[in-house]
Amino acid sequence: MKIDVQVDAKGLACPMPIVRGKKALDAMQSGQFMELFATDKGALNDFQAWVKSSKNEWVSHEEKDGVHRFVIKKG
Amino acid sequence: MTTTTKANAITAREVTRAIIESKPLFILDVRNTSDYDDWKIEGGIVGSLNVPYFDLIDGVEEVLPKLPKDRDILVVCAKEGSSIFVAEQLGEAGIEGVRYLQGGMKAWSEYLEPVKVGDLKDGGELYQFVRMGKGCLSYMVVSEGEAAVVDTLRMTDVFEKFAKSKGAVIKHTLDTHLHADHISGGRKLAEQSGGTYWLPPKDADEVVFEYHPLDEQSRITVGRTELSIRPVYSPGHTIGSTSIVIDNQYLLSGDILFVESIGRPDLAGNAGSWADDLRKTLYSTYKELSGDLLVLPAHFGKTSELGEGGRVAARLGDLYESNPGLNIASDEEFRKTVTTNLPSQPNAYQEIRQTNMGRIVPNDDEQRDMEIGPNRCAVHDK
Repeated sequence: MKIDVQVDAKGLACPMPIVRGKKALDAMQSGQFMELFATDKGALNDFQAWVKSSKNEWVSHEEKDGVHRFVIKKG
Repeated sequence: MTTTTKANAITAREVTRAIIESKPLFILDVRNTSDYDDWKIEGGIVGSLNVPYFDLIDGVEEVLPKLPKDRDILVVCAKEGSSIFVAEQLGEAGIEGVRYLQGGMKAWSEYLEPVKVGDLKDGGELYQFVRMGKGCLSYMVVSEGEAAVVDTLRMTDVFEKFAKSKGAVIKHTLDTHLHADHISGGRKLAEQSGGTYWLPPKDADEVVFEYHPLDEQSRITVGRTELSIRPVYSPGHTIGSTSIVIDNQYLLSGDILFVESIGRPDLAGNAGSWADDLRKTLYSTYKELSGDLLVLPAHFGKTSELGEGGRVAARLGDLYESNPGLNIASDEEFRKTVTTNLPSQPNAYQEIRQTNMGRIVPNDDEQRDMEIGPNRCAVHDK
């Protein structure tokens, strides 16, 4: 899988990780992959709910030392 | 998306007062729908609407027609960041007087409103602390420069400041049982103020710290006057559950009897055998007490249980008329009511019990997260 767009939202509080992620996805082509990093604790819950309600596709999530890494495919 | 309009904050205290005073309020809750469905701000004339903030990033036009024109709009989220973001956008869109909840649902969960219950015969006073966000109730007896706190909540500084404002030193903290829905502040408050922490020994099999056993032999006095705190063994919610009669006027019923419901016997893991204890406590032990005692429970489930000034209380005799849990004719029907179709358990209740036993020691943030959501300690809380 090739990452097309990277977004660094580390250190940003809710709602900014999703605002940044959405902005990036809006500018992408369907089928491209976005990788986003965030440290906000609520980010996981919010990203799950948001991706579910959108046309985009959840690819993966992992957490290491408090940093969440999300990969989302543009729908 | 850049906004210049500043939104104003409203505090959890102001929202609590608005609910107590039945002021109309409309809440736009921008958390995830699952969080909203699980737990939200409710009250007699509070209207609310849930639209997750991530659906409002590109604009708030879709919600504008759904907002009432004749009510103050309050935007709420988990902490406060998203609610500020949405409130500012609503302001930009021309909605006036939009505010956001300072500190979000976390602050809402932690705010305690002190309400005076009444005077004691020898000059002391009894206060109830209403935790509107979670439905928990604590009590403070103040007499002659001394105080005792019953079912202390985690926010111990609130009790310390209040006692200080009354010129009283906290001598005792008591827990009516080992709580499963919230983290007790009883032990910490006793340590901080040099007081004694009391806990029913039958609930304390697994606790790892020193405590004073609260049983029917305990005699606890506050102040120099004839104020007696008399424990009454009343198992059912837990095996150790102990009610406290204060000044022959007040019955602190813990999680055994609420204003509109009764306690559930399943949270400590033994619903079947404790159902019969609960039956006996409610239908014979309590029956032998004076019907004029004012019942003061450790929780409420609905804001309809709030009375004058936000006080949650009812005459014991009246509850034998009105409370559905005290009007179940057969043992079999009672057992069925308290063991089947129970509401879901309080959030993180196992971890909360472990914390209250001293077996795990979560940090402040973790404790806050564990306490998210309503108390769900009554059989009728759906």
